[in-house]
Amino acid sequence: MQFIISRFKFLFRSTKGLVLVSIALIALVTAFMGTLSGPMREWGVTSFVTETFGLRLLSAEREGRIILLYHTIAIAVVALETYLITESVPMKPHEQTQINATITFGYIITLIFGLKFGYFGHGFAFHGLYIFGLSLVFFAGLLLAAALWPWRAEFRVTDPQRAHWGTVDLERAAFFAMAVATLGSALFGAVTGSYWGNGHETFLAEDILREPEKTALQLAIIGHLHIMLTLIAVALALLVGRRFDFKGTLHKISMPLFIVGTIVITLGVWAVVPFESIAHIIIYVGSTIVLLGALFMVIYSFGKITRDRLAEQGIKTPTFGQKVAALLHDPLKFGMLWQMVFMNFVVSFPGIFMAVTLEKIFRVWPLRQERVLLTGHWHVLAGIVATIILLYYADLVGLTGRVRKVFGWVIILASDLAFGAALIYMLQGLFVSTWDSAPLANVTTLLMDAGLGLVLIALAALMSWRLIDLFKDHGRWRTELSEAEAEVLP
Amino acid sequence: MKTTPRRLLLSLLLFLSACAAPPIDVDVPVIQTGIDSDAWATVPAGSFLLGQHEHETPLEYDYEIMITDVTNAQYAEFLNAALATGEVQLQDDAVVGFYPGDTFRGCRHELEIAAGDWAFVPLDAPALRLTFADGQFTAQPGYENHPMTMVTWFGAWGYCHSHGWRLPTNAEWEKAARGQDNRPFPWGFEIEDNYANFLNSHDIFERFFEGIGGTTPVGFYNGQTYDGYATQDGASPYGLYDMAGNVWQWTGDVQEGAHYRSLRGGSHTTYGYNLRIWTPNNADPTHAGPDVGFRCARDSE
Repeated sequence: MQFIISRFKFLFRSTKGLVLVSIALIALVTAFMGTLSGPMREWGVTSFVTETFGLRLLSAEREGRIILLYHTIAIAVVALETYLITESVPMKPHEQTQINATITFGYIITLIFGLKFGYFGHGFAFHGLYIFGLSLVFFAGLLLAAALWPWRAEFRVTDPQRAHWGTVDLERAAFFAMAVATLGSALFGAVTGSYWGNGHETFLAEDILREPEKTALQLAIIGHLHIMLTLIAVALALLVGRRFDFKGTLHKISMPLFIVGTIVITLGVWAVVPFESIAHIIIYVGSTIVLLGALFMVIYSFGKITRDRLAEQGIKTPTFGQKVAALLHDPLKFGMLWQMVFMNFVVSFPGIFMAVTLEKIFRVWPLRQERVLLTGHWHVLAGIVATIILLYYADLVGLTGRVRKVFGWVIILASDLAFGAALIYMLQGLFVSTWDSAPLANVTTLLMDAGLGLVLIALAALMSWRLIDLFKDHGRWRTELSEAEAEVLP
Repeated sequence: MKTTPRRLLLSLLLFLSACAAPPIDVDVPVIQTGIDSDAWATVPAGSFLLGQHEHETPLEYDYEIMITDVTNAQYAEFLNAALATGEVQLQDDAVVGFYPGDTFRGCRHELEIAAGDWAFVPLDAPALRLTFADGQFTAQPGYENHPMTMVTWFGAWGYCHSHGWRLPTNAEWEKAARGQDNRPFPWGFEIEDNYANFLNSHDIFERFFEGIGGTTPVGFYNGQTYDGYATQDGASPYGLYDMAGNVWQWTGDVQEGAHYRSLRGGSHTTYGYNLRIWTPNNADPTHAGPDVGFRCARDSE
């Protein structure tokens, strides 16, 4: 019994354990759902899985299933980020415990019953539990926002190296702005969801792209899905900055940009319903501000990891090559930052190009082709977020030596190969005719599958290592639990 | 292993060679499906379930619709007749014909479709299965009974209009494909490889194009076995073939405030789930692709 209790304590009461559980659950869901499409379907794996697990996959319900799946995975990511926030942003221990406990119940209930409702028959009790889980996560968000309140006397900041306004910690304020924006944006989707079956019908945003008239509920959903992913990315950028102990002049510039950018982009997305014609301009302004904030953070952190490594080596006047080598020395640290830079090549810049040439190029293509671009860009963004989380986690648990290097470089190179290939796949209409596109599509699909396959293998290896470790009496989990308990003790 | 520039170059060449276009001038066997591409089906008046969310929609008139897509041979015959009468002309590597234009409302993203000559068929498209020689169009051997592709919406409209017919409306197309129940596919509720021609459906034509696939003859999926390849009967409740897969089909609706024209039914270049009856697709009316064709409708006599 003690065996189980001690592991349970680690997995559900320490930040590293909670993060591990959420990554493991996302990995399991991803692996399972990966058997239902793509080459797995052609190889007959889908039929086997469907029959073995009694899945109910009606063709007419595909969109609904996908929406449930997105929510179950996204909510687990929100929980994971929340654990990292409650760990790294100062707050009282009881607040951390309350927030983590609430969100853990919430996301696991959401995940289990969302998938149950979507894939194993429609018991509406399961749908109710799914909504209950989402509500718990929302409530945990309210607790988080309260804990992050920037004007709390006990968390004042006067350190001249950190951005502050009076004694208000602007980094804390940036987290607070993100949390409040997320809560409001969750409501934006929830209100529409409450009309489901009562004036609102399930749809995927990319399918109604060219509808000249969209309903307010449809616009709200389109806004909701965009802003939620954006805010997940903003939260992660702030966390990465915290991990690198971001401070100094760039910190003072960056944090106000994060705050203002987050507020502007969120208001822009909310404005999509009443003022669609100008909302995009507000969103572009907000995005630019946030991206600038992230850029300053990346510049600072690149410099920091380079300086730290050179200092470790005792090099005082490094050559350019030595600087580059120092920058690339630790793929986990470098990768968290590089993936943010790479994101611009495969998401932001193509997005700008698309917006500029929309009428001339993309709106000439058939809808299905434009749709590939739309679904592709956010899948890539979500994928990049996932790789940064993996690199962050591997750094957090302290992978060392060759394993650290191999894991880090596999995640960076394999995912970037996949995302680069995805970009070519998405934009194939620019390079080849429909007839010629099939071989290009085949090659890029192969590269995407290979790249993502390698990432999943690396993830599986990491999870297997942690699973095996849990069976050891004095495994790493015990050390991590002891560290967590030591932090809580006064 | 040492990485040398030569190795990198070889790898790149290998990669690029894999991107080469599929062979386009491939001899394909002449396959007779036994389905008459001149035949029409009558769809009786009555309501049906429109779209994924099954909205009961009245369609209170009988109409007729072709049981197959228009074939290359049929379109070649039309072009020859229309060229002779001056209904269409050759202009800048395209067959062009007159279209009376749409009302332009200046809505967001809307392009003006003015009255005038518009391209029906681009003649320089490598995937066109028609040959033009000595002033005559002919279907390429083996492709006579394949659906006419590389045809713009104007070209589809022109064909139907020339015969005194029309393109089916979206509602007419959907009812003809679905019948009066809520099936997602013309033949029923589930899709299997040999019901229709879609991406990686392993039909016998995929082997002629290095696994990539092309069109199949109209009415190919009718339960017959061809060269050891057994098909299932993919006909709709009203006996229409290829209402899912093979080629997207232009429909006739002109939407207020948008210049796009609907394409229905999925094609040999899309995954199976895109063959669901309600799958949305549309394109600029000037679009022509190797996966786009059409069929006509007419009022019942």
